Amino acid sequence: MNASHSTPISALVVRRGTRTSRVGVVVGLMLLLAIIGAPWWAERSSQRLLAEFLYVLALAQMWNLLAGYGGLLSVGQQGYIGIGGYCLVVLGLEFGVNPFLIVPLAGVVTALVAIPTAAALFRLRGAYFAVGTWVVAEVFRLLVANTASVGGGSGTSITRTVMGIPAWWRESTTLWIALALGAGTTLAVYLLLRSRHGLALTAVRDSEPAAESLGISVSRVKWFVYIASAAGCGMVGALIFITKLRISPEAAFSMDWSAAMFFAVIIGGIGTIEGPIIGTLVYFLLREFLSDYGSWYLIVLGSIAVAFMLWIPCGMWGLVASRFDLHFFPVQRRVGNLPVEEQTR
Amino acid sequence: MGEWINTILQGLLLGGLYSLFATGLALSFGVMRMINIAHGDFAILAAFAAIAVVEPLGLSPFLVLLVIVPLMGVFGYLLQRLILNRTLGQDILPPLLVTFGFSIVIQNLLLVTFSADTRSLNVGELGTASLALSGEVAVGVLPLIIMAVAVGVLLGLQWLFSATPLGRAFRAASDDREAAQLMGIDNRHIYGLAMALAMSIVAIAGVFLAIRANIAPSEGPARLLYAFEAVIIGGLGSFWGTLVGAIILGVAQTIGGKFDPGWGILAGHLAFLAVLVVRPNGLFARTRDR
Amino acid sequence: MTLLEARGVTAFYGDFQALYGIDLKVEEGETVAVIGSNGAGKSSFLRTLTGLQSSAPESIRFHGEPIGGLPAHRIVALGLAMVPEGRRLFPSLTVEENLLVGAYSKRPGPWNLERLYAMFPILGERRNNPGTALSGGQQQMVAIGRALMSNPRLLLCDEISLGLAPVIIKDIYDALPGIKAEGTSVLVVEQDVGQAMKVADRLYCFQEGRVSLEGRPGELGREQISLAYFGV
Repeated sequence: MNASHSTPISALVVRRGTRTSRVGVVVGLMLLLAIIGAPWWAERSSQRLLAEFLYVLALAQMWNLLAGYGGLLSVGQQGYIGIGGYCLVVLGLEFGVNPFLIVPLAGVVTALVAIPTAAALFRLRGAYFAVGTWVVAEVFRLLVANTASVGGGSGTSITRTVMGIPAWWRESTTLWIALALGAGTTLAVYLLLRSRHGLALTAVRDSEPAAESLGISVSRVKWFVYIASAAGCGMVGALIFITKLRISPEAAFSMDWSAAMFFAVIIGGIGTIEGPIIGTLVYFLLREFLSDYGSWYLIVLGSIAVAFMLWIPCGMWGLVASRFDLHFFPVQRRVGNLPVEEQTR
Repeated sequence: MGEWINTILQGLLLGGLYSLFATGLALSFGVMRMINIAHGDFAILAAFAAIAVVEPLGLSPFLVLLVIVPLMGVFGYLLQRLILNRTLGQDILPPLLVTFGFSIVIQNLLLVTFSADTRSLNVGELGTASLALSGEVAVGVLPLIIMAVAVGVLLGLQWLFSATPLGRAFRAASDDREAAQLMGIDNRHIYGLAMALAMSIVAIAGVFLAIRANIAPSEGPARLLYAFEAVIIGGLGSFWGTLVGAIILGVAQTIGGKFDPGWGILAGHLAFLAVLVVRPNGLFARTRDR
Repeated sequence: MTLLEARGVTAFYGDFQALYGIDLKVEEGETVAVIGSNGAGKSSFLRTLTGLQSSAPESIRFHGEPIGGLPAHRIVALGLAMVPEGRRLFPSLTVEENLLVGAYSKRPGPWNLERLYAMFPILGERRNNPGTALSGGQQQMVAIGRALMSNPRLLLCDEISLGLAPVIIKDIYDALPGIKAEGTSVLVVEQDVGQAMKVADRLYCFQEGRVSLEGRPGELGREQISLAYFGV
């Protein structure tokens, strides 16, 4: 009786872990180990598919961070993917840097490019920002296409950068880096959202003026997210073209990269960390089934994305999460009552 | 010297074509506050539709406009009423991504139907006819016609917006959706009409593009970007600013292309970015909203 | 005859319930005032009447017709116009254009530009200025005129005295008899109880989404009103 009198405030706890999140940690670790070991147990073709899945996941997470959490609608992330890819040409072909070392370097280079770009783009808001990012990506593409020393419009082979690396090591390292990027970006977004900055991001997304009035520097948070996402895309870009061994402006700065990101994030569920994972899985499944149909495959993909946007804007994970209250990556703080036995302690 | 004047004149008149693309975009942004990512693809769609009609029937491309323009208008109205109105709201993401989806679907449908080959509309001698202004300086008749149509469209829109109840309703709905409803304005219908207008204008743009140059199914996004750049350079809320923006873009592209064919489009983009850095609200902005 | 009859009107914003069953009537030719403190549900009620906020079709009847489920633009066409809180003039339209937009539904009736310029001469003088370039009081006149241009049977006025100087409030309220004389019923929402008592034939007080008091101004005591208004 006495206890229930004094409880209302003291018994409230803020918690973020959920039972599913603890299951998630175990399952995640097992998956991680399995993928690290893939070069010893999986076929080469499945390894490649796995690597591709992981880097598309990384792209999806980067776009989700931008659009789903940062409220920055970019249609031009392919610009940074392309720059990352062309780091292979400049650093690898010209200076002979090890291609796998170029992956993190590409992150640095794209971040450096993104800084002045952000300065210009952040003058635009909302939908204008979106198309502006696209223009910037086109500028990057045209600059590269007009530079003969990196192969010009027809592109160049980058096989020479990986020569001397044994095939097994090349394939395995590619997979490991893809894993580092896929899992790393997922984890990074998760940790960012759980941090103080994460709260700021959510506040900015929910109401920019309100967040501003709470003393959160909206522009700084957005700026950081934009640069981070550019770096992520740059690293993925370098990795993508290590696997492809040939690069051209058309392929590197292709709108298809953005289309893949949108698709994965929207189908899976924008503004959730689980969503891009589900969405990327669906994307690959559809591709496996429909790739024989050429253009029809893209027509189906585009129509599905439109249908989701119109009728299931929360995506597949949004549906699941709201029905079963599942959260593998609990970023929200939950206020609840402590169980009775803990109250009386 | 004459050569340069010719280049600048070409760019100036190219601005007429770009203005037709940009006007539709400015209209849908001005009234609905949405950007239609598939704007350029709809132009290409209209152009291919025109080609599909003209080639077997042997009609004049100009005559085909009489069919395609109202057809695209009806299509635009239905598109807005049935789909796009559902996406409008505080969040700009749904309209953007839905129209992006359209863009992919349209491009690939055209690819399946017409293959990746480039096509064009033939207007015979008119396509190459030119008007000599002085010794070395001449302008193409077709670009002149296109510029005249672009100016005509702008005049028409200016009249519509400033002197008709529908135009006032467009502006009211753009200013304050809710207050407009309280005046008895049915926003969904008004938005449908605005999109119908935008689509009609973009159909004109698409057909003229196909008369002037070869087009391919994948060309829509580039057209969207030019239109967007013209709108931003000119400044929001000003139709005539859009024409000036389109002309600046056209001149930048032809001058850039004169130095090196590869640099033309890039020069246009750079001009846009330069304006963005120096005057982020555009040259003739009326509204500060973006 | 009863012009407007609200029965058990409720309103929700997400999980939040703003109105808990409002019963209210406006007879033909009557001026009715709704008073209440901030957050009592007055504005929510007006939003519901005008169709900006949805409600059960039968809960609101206008001239006997159920209008609860109708969209706002249809309700205007039936003769129910609102002067919204904060005036909400269209900034890109001139004074005259703002007024003309009010006539968008083309309802026939006594009100037109000439009549309005006669009632508010200053608007005639400034007809070509942007609506938002006017002073607060003048903007309020535009907002009232804009609503009248639809020739309503019932004019809803949401806090038209808010933020205006007393002398201007008087000017604006002086226009009400002229509006009534044309047979237009008026429902004013006011925080200023004194002003409401002066103009109203009948008065409702809202408190926390419910009607806490109803009656004729002359028959209501100070204490009674204060209790209904503040709940203390």
